[in-house]
Amino acid sequence: MKFLAIIGTYVAAGVGSLAIGMAAKWYDRKVTAMVQYRKGPPWYQPVADVLKLFYKETLMPSTARGTGFLIAPAVGLAAAVLAAAMLWAALLNPGVSFVGDLIVVVYLLVIPPLMTILGASASGNPHASLGASREMKLILSYELPLFLALLVGVIHGGWKLGLGDMATAQQAAGTALYSLSGILAMIVAILAMQAKLGQVPFDQAEAECEIMSGVYVEYSGPPLALILMGRAVLMATLPLLLIVTLWGGLEPTGLGWLAFVGKFVLLLTLVTLIRNTNPRLRIDQTVKFFWWGLAPLGVLAVVLAAAGW
Amino acid sequence: MGLKNWALRKSLWVYHANTGACNNCDIEVLDLLTPRFDVERFGMLLVGSPRHADVLAVTGVCTRQAQPRLQECYRQMAKPCIVLAIGSCANGQGIFAPAYHMGTPVDETIRAVDPNAIIMYVPGCPPKPEAMIAAVAKAWELIKTL
Repeated sequence: MKFLAIIGTYVAAGVGSLAIGMAAKWYDRKVTAMVQYRKGPPWYQPVADVLKLFYKETLMPSTARGTGFLIAPAVGLAAAVLAAAMLWAALLNPGVSFVGDLIVVVYLLVIPPLMTILGASASGNPHASLGASREMKLILSYELPLFLALLVGVIHGGWKLGLGDMATAQQAAGTALYSLSGILAMIVAILAMQAKLGQVPFDQAEAECEIMSGVYVEYSGPPLALILMGRAVLMATLPLLLIVTLWGGLEPTGLGWLAFVGKFVLLLTLVTLIRNTNPRLRIDQTVKFFWWGLAPLGVLAVVLAAAGW
Repeated sequence: MGLKNWALRKSLWVYHANTGACNNCDIEVLDLLTPRFDVERFGMLLVGSPRHADVLAVTGVCTRQAQPRLQECYRQMAKPCIVLAIGSCANGQGIFAPAYHMGTPVDETIRAVDPNAIIMYVPGCPPKPEAMIAAVAKAWELIKTL
């Protein structure tokens, strides 16, 4: 029975995150179109894209290692859905959260980029290998600032590593964001989220006009659909992580839900606007930006938070 | 079957291959993405890799150099897919037909790989973006019969 409940939660989280993620993808494209004075795609666009890809042929490059190439997108999607399930469980029922599940979620959220690297390396394409090496550098650069930003949330939540505890503590004692350290941490976290989503200032791994979609260059048909779905789920999940750790989670009242939706949409809008108003950085500029710019900012935020600011 | 056709109609991703065009058609293709025409309304996107594409938009005369590369490009696309031959050159090599460096015309080049390829012709030098959208609208009707 317990097992069935776990499977049920997982499936519900998968379907729900996929729906939210598709809507988020559409929102992203529509806002982009509005920024550029265009009309933009209709609301069902991401659904049509994924459906179309599922009906198309799967091409296998002759140089590819089949297993890794085909399994990687599926594992990435599964890990993103698992992270989403844990975050939703902590949001809706803080009691089910266990000690240290923040660490597990962060760990799970590293898997999709890792799987991207694996799939790209297995495809045997020089553009993809270039993209994979860039994705690797990108992970190395943004993970540390992201950890530091989440640590600020941990400190504000009373040094607890459970997602449920953090959200409850912040609802009782005041949200982490509404303090100096919280604001700094949020800035760092949003930019790290941007990099994790592979959105424009940090999309060197794909770089469509430079290395032809880089890591995804050899994917076609259903595997590409899985990649799109994985990215949609990630887009629905990362704002949740920020809301749980830094922005007080979800209060189970009508107004609380409204505030939650507002926070979610605001974070999505920020990601879209950053992506639309910035050019792509070079990979060395990105590493410098994260290590010498955001990591010290994150350390400062942690020190301020520990000092009680 | 209906769902499959609907999804393909609503989400045609375009890969643009220049096989020796004078760049005039290419500029008109890019016009499709500007606010005035905005083909993303129909779910069309310009993608970077032929593996992702549903439409191969070919401009240019198809020179001897470009011919095998265009065929390779077509082989790399996931089927079902459509070829759009854009401009007089891509339709029938235009005024360059007797020149020394010509390969076969675009449609023959593609048909040498796949005799059943769906090829849409967009005449004009360069064709207007409206003409290209009209060709895509005809392609939708064709996809319904697939």
